[in-house]
Amino acid sequence: MSDIKLKIIDRDGELHEVDAPTDMNMNLMEVVRSYELAPEGTIGICGGMAMCASCQCYVKSNHQLPEKSDDEEAMLAEAFFVKDNSRLGCQIHITEDLDGLEVELAPEEA
Amino acid sequence: MIKTDILIIGAGPTGLFAVFEAGLLQLKCHLIDALPQAGGQCAEIYPKKPIYDIPGFPEVLAGDLVDNLMEQIKPFQPGFTLGERAETIEKLDDGSFIVTTNKGTKHHAPVVAIAGGLGSFEPRKPLLENLEKYEDNGVAYMIKEPEIYRGKKVLIAGGGDSALDWSIFLADIAKEVTLVHRRNEFRGALDSVEKVQQLKNEGKINLMTPAEVVALKGKDYLEKVTVKNTSTSEETDVEIDDFIPLFGLSPKLGPISNWGLEIEKNAIKVNNSLDYQTNIPGIYAIGDVNTYPGKLKLILCGFHEATLMCQSAYQKIYPDKKYVMKYTTVGGVTGFDGSKKEAPKAVVKAID
Repeated sequence: MSDIKLKIIDRDGELHEVDAPTDMNMNLMEVVRSYELAPEGTIGICGGMAMCASCQCYVKSNHQLPEKSDDEEAMLAEAFFVKDNSRLGCQIHITEDLDGLEVELAPEEA
Repeated sequence: MIKTDILIIGAGPTGLFAVFEAGLLQLKCHLIDALPQAGGQCAEIYPKKPIYDIPGFPEVLAGDLVDNLMEQIKPFQPGFTLGERAETIEKLDDGSFIVTTNKGTKHHAPVVAIAGGLGSFEPRKPLLENLEKYEDNGVAYMIKEPEIYRGKKVLIAGGGDSALDWSIFLADIAKEVTLVHRRNEFRGALDSVEKVQQLKNEGKINLMTPAEVVALKGKDYLEKVTVKNTSTSEETDVEIDDFIPLFGLSPKLGPISNWGLEIEKNAIKVNNSLDYQTNIPGIYAIGDVNTYPGKLKLILCGFHEATLMCQSAYQKIYPDKKYVMKYTTVGGVTGFDGSKKEAPKAVVKAID
């Protein structure tokens, strides 16, 4: 069991430092939900299929993240509040390389 | 007025399976769904995705699961009000309910089961100033009657199948079709993408990529939009009659949240130790739309909740009747359509 540390800024601007397991097949969206950093029903709506943008976040640290899949690219192309550092949390798998990753949750779509 | 025993709001897998369990108890069902077809998320969002945790199905496509459920409930002749959203509920003196849709269709039932999943699917609206002012004055999120665009200058925004398909369709009807998308790549069926390419080459579709609409202009009615090229930041005004943003659908709990039901975490609180009834007697909530300690949003859990809900609904509708649950292997399935399915009878015959 190995945990990594993540810094997650919630939608109200509050910073949370949380432990995330690397051996539970989890993604970033699921970590956010497990700590209830965004209300249920406002994040991970599609369940993690890159079919909504409710888990969009901005990557603030310089970690090397895996390339976006076509599905993620396409979803971000239709999402709102998208910036250059936007990613879908559900497509970011928790691995040891991500130790210290800092992200900020994008605003909820109206 | 449509009358039924159990009025089910939401025609996803949980709502559909409730029809079967109700049918075994000789209770009739009617379903309301805001989408134009049954199946809920399975049909609308991920029909081609496989599901691996439906008991007895090592793998089943979401769309096939819906088809199977429709086949399974066919003998129980459910009614459907599709393409309409349940808007208001009224409790009558006898404890029964009248549910009215956004189009005014009224439904009367002693029991209401909300199987609304994540809510009703509403078009995602772009974040533009004065957007609401132009709604129905040149801005529409759905194309209901393509004919109204005949001879018009139409601008469609979006990069998915519906943006592609409607651009293709309207290219023959409208005077001008402009398709604006934030990227150069489109996500859609290959032949749709190729068809748009061909129409662009023929000058029948004006393609603007990578670009997005950043402003709407016009006195009372939409007259032009400002399109910004996202790589050069150059802004161009395009004169149009109609702007149709097609950015897909997102679920909203919607009017149900004003029905006086106890809501927690964007879901309806139910009594999970008994029958999935809400704080309003006679209104149940099953499937992804409900919440209780330990809730899991799984289709298989929705099936279970639907089954217990139907037993409770039966007692509510027929308080004086005695009933025990009967296995389908024993009792078979007798449809309201006169069909009867049952296990073949064993043969009693001596062997010489």
